[in-house]
Amino acid sequence: MYSGNPRGAWTLFTREVNRFLKVKVQTIVAPALTAILYLVVFRYALGDRGVPGLGIDYFTFLIPGLVMMSMLQNAFANTSSSIIMAKVMNVHVYLLMAPLSAVEVVGAFIAAAVLRSMLVGAVLLLTLSPFVDLSPAHIWMILLYGICGSILMGGLGLIGGMWSKKFDDMSLINNFLILPLTFLSGVFYSVKQLPPLWQQLNAYNPFFYLIDGFRFGFLGVGDSDPATAAGVVVAAAILTVLACWYLWSIGWRLKE
Amino acid sequence: MNKIALQVDGLRKVYANGNIALHGISLAVPEGSFFALLGPNGAGKTTMINILADILHPGEGTMTLFGRDVFQEKSWCKRQMGIVPQEVAFDPFFSVREILNTTSGYYGCRPDRVWIDELLDRLGLTHQADKNTRQLSGGMRRRLLVAQALVHRPPLVVLDEPTAGVDVELRRRLWDFMRELNRNGATILLTTHYLAEAEELCDHVAIIDQGKLVASEPMQSLMHRVAVSRLVLRYAKPILISATDEAALTDFKPVILDEGLELHLELRRDEPGMSGFDVAYEAARNRFGPPLDAAVHQEDLEDVFVRLTGNTGAEGETHVQR
Ligand SMILES: Nc1ncnc2c1ncn2[C@@H]1O[C@H](COP(=O)(O)OP(=O)(O)OP(=O)(O)O)[C@@H](O)[C@H]1O
Ligand SMILES: [Mg+2]
Repeated sequence: MYSGNPRGAWTLFTREVNRFLKVKVQTIVAPALTAILYLVVFRYALGDRGVPGLGIDYFTFLIPGLVMMSMLQNAFANTSSSIIMAKVMNVHVYLLMAPLSAVEVVGAFIAAAVLRSMLVGAVLLLTLSPFVDLSPAHIWMILLYGICGSILMGGLGLIGGMWSKKFDDMSLINNFLILPLTFLSGVFYSVKQLPPLWQQLNAYNPFFYLIDGFRFGFLGVGDSDPATAAGVVVAAAILTVLACWYLWSIGWRLKE
Repeated sequence: MNKIALQVDGLRKVYANGNIALHGISLAVPEGSFFALLGPNGAGKTTMINILADILHPGEGTMTLFGRDVFQEKSWCKRQMGIVPQEVAFDPFFSVREILNTTSGYYGCRPDRVWIDELLDRLGLTHQADKNTRQLSGGMRRRLLVAQALVHRPPLVVLDEPTAGVDVELRRRLWDFMRELNRNGATILLTTHYLAEAEELCDHVAIIDQGKLVASEPMQSLMHRVAVSRLVLRYAKPILISATDEAALTDFKPVILDEGLELHLELRRDEPGMSGFDVAYEAARNRFGPPLDAAVHQEDLEDVFVRLTGNTGAEGETHVQR
């Protein structure tokens, strides 16, 4: 039986949610706006061009990928910025001091990241819905990939935050890892458009499966095999959570 | 027999840079005591408290809280203690009240509004309750730190320099409050560099220096064991000490000051029939005649501290040889 501190975990979760809601323009509205700007730019730059091999127009192709990319980036930003800020201001000691187990801390942080990611996704889709047809092909796929992707990214953000000693370290991770991986994951192109070598490399990028699976949920077409994609994504999310749990429980880069 | 609130055994801590902060410290904090953990800057007090708080990895050794292993039964042990860390830091997003509510939640308690209001009142924070922590002055932040440590009514309260930067009035109020908690059964462990306060408040004391334990015992016993009383005699004319005088007075460790106008004699503790004062006074009068003035100087905790640590205290003042 779970005999831990559910109220403690809930408190941490609500703290995390309040933290991003207090600056919601920056954490929810701004990311949605950025994604919409991308869409506007591509809409007019590319006109009605289609995506080779998929039989849909480029604009329709772009929407789910961009939504997912925003969601992933925001899930990552939520945990990573919370942890690095706490560390820099030395308030992480209150979390270490409190009777919260690693499961509770990791669970609360990731749950808040998932919520923020969902909110960003929902705001984006609601804003776009009057202009484009967003009726999903497989709603369960959307939820599966949306949630697993947010868990994965929330977890990676937690690890990134723990690893970072200062804000600079964090932007290093953001610019040299997260941004390239999300940009090169097939948000803006179909991997079938890539040279063979890159297509093969892509098979090892979990973000590719996230974006592709999410898009499949909306459009019913994709580049990867849905079963493989689902397997990779679920496994990656579980592994990340386990890593978070382990690292938090040993106080990795938090305790001397 | 007295029960033990916190038992520390062989605690050793080496920092990543090779600094040995604690060299295997052992001490016991009796349940219900008001315990002073003293030591010069860098002695290792905060290191020890932070290990207890789970902010630092323990090195070697064990800590037992109310009979349970601090490093094994973390969750239970953490609920038993309220720790005021030395370093002041707050979440900048939240108001005073929000912080106290959140802390209650972390400890698994529903925020107790009545108790929180009382804490705010006792610590003089009522008017700051809805202010963001960034708007608080330094002393107010430290008070909030104290309130935060008490929201879950812990049976062990640990205060790492709670009065640094706190004004006189609030210091008194804080100590009154701690006394009251102590009377109601809480064990209080504190570090401070205000030794007079420690002497007045605490019934137990441990002194550490450079990571080693120098003393740990009831305050009275330490003072009785180590503190020295001196007879201070003033004379109208300078006195001269011959070799025979010197030999006769040697037990009193005579010191002559002020160009022979002042004589200091250490009082011996146990003198059957006569008090130490009378013995020393007689011995001096037999040799130098009646003094102009006689007084007893009793060493206080600060003197004892300086003697035991060879340190002049953290306030930076130098010890005046009396
Ligand atoms: N993070 C750290 N890394 C390396 N050495 C450290 C670290 N923190 C403290 N020390 C060293 O450990 C020793 C004990 O420090 P500690 O902070 O426990 O002393 P203290 O008794 O609390 O002193 P003060 O009265 O100044 O608060 C000191 O020599 C200090 O320099
Ligand atoms: Mg200290």
